[in-house]
Amino acid sequence: MDKEEAKNMNKSDLITALMVKNNLTEKQATDIINLVFDRFTKTLKDGGRIEIRGFGSFTVRQYKAYKGRNPKLGEYVEVKAKRLPFFKVGRELKKMADGK
Amino acid sequence: MTKIDIIQNVYEKLGFSKKESSDIVESVFDIIKDSLAQGDKVKISGFGNFVVKEKRARRGRNPQTGQEISITARRVLTFKSSQVLRKALNG
Repeated sequence: MDKEEAKNMNKSDLITALMVKNNLTEKQATDIINLVFDRFTKTLKDGGRIEIRGFGSFTVRQYKAYKGRNPKLGEYVEVKAKRLPFFKVGRELKKMADGK
Repeated sequence: MTKIDIIQNVYEKLGFSKKESSDIVESVFDIIKDSLAQGDKVKISGFGNFVVKEKRARRGRNPQTGQEISITARRVLTFKSSQVLRKALNG
């Protein structure tokens, strides 16, 4: 990978790419991308798991409360229990990302 | 939730045929995968960022046997969830 060539793909780039690839209107492509990520968010919010073959899976991990430290000030801070999304890359995409 | 559920959702809510819905959903993930394969970042506002990171070669250890092994340089995909998603999970 040439670092200088690395670009960003944001949501509207993804919408445009989908529009072109599948011959859709902008509205249709927008609705689809929004639906996919809205469903993802809702599933995770409900504590569910998402599994996309060849892409990866998303799960929610529960973290307990702990006493942390502000690294700048050295003060103790209470970190509350929280839930965080976790992504595990699928085998196919893992290889693709590594250029294989 | 799997790809089938998303296809079903597109079919029910957006008025495409089952075949079209399936092709479209496959395309969504193919487009994202191809971008990442080129080393591009994929940033989905409100959800999170997928970023390919370069890892240098390093010495590692098999945690089961304790044996030292060399880990080759590689590119790995990471996902950083957005603030919005993290708030949604803890709201």
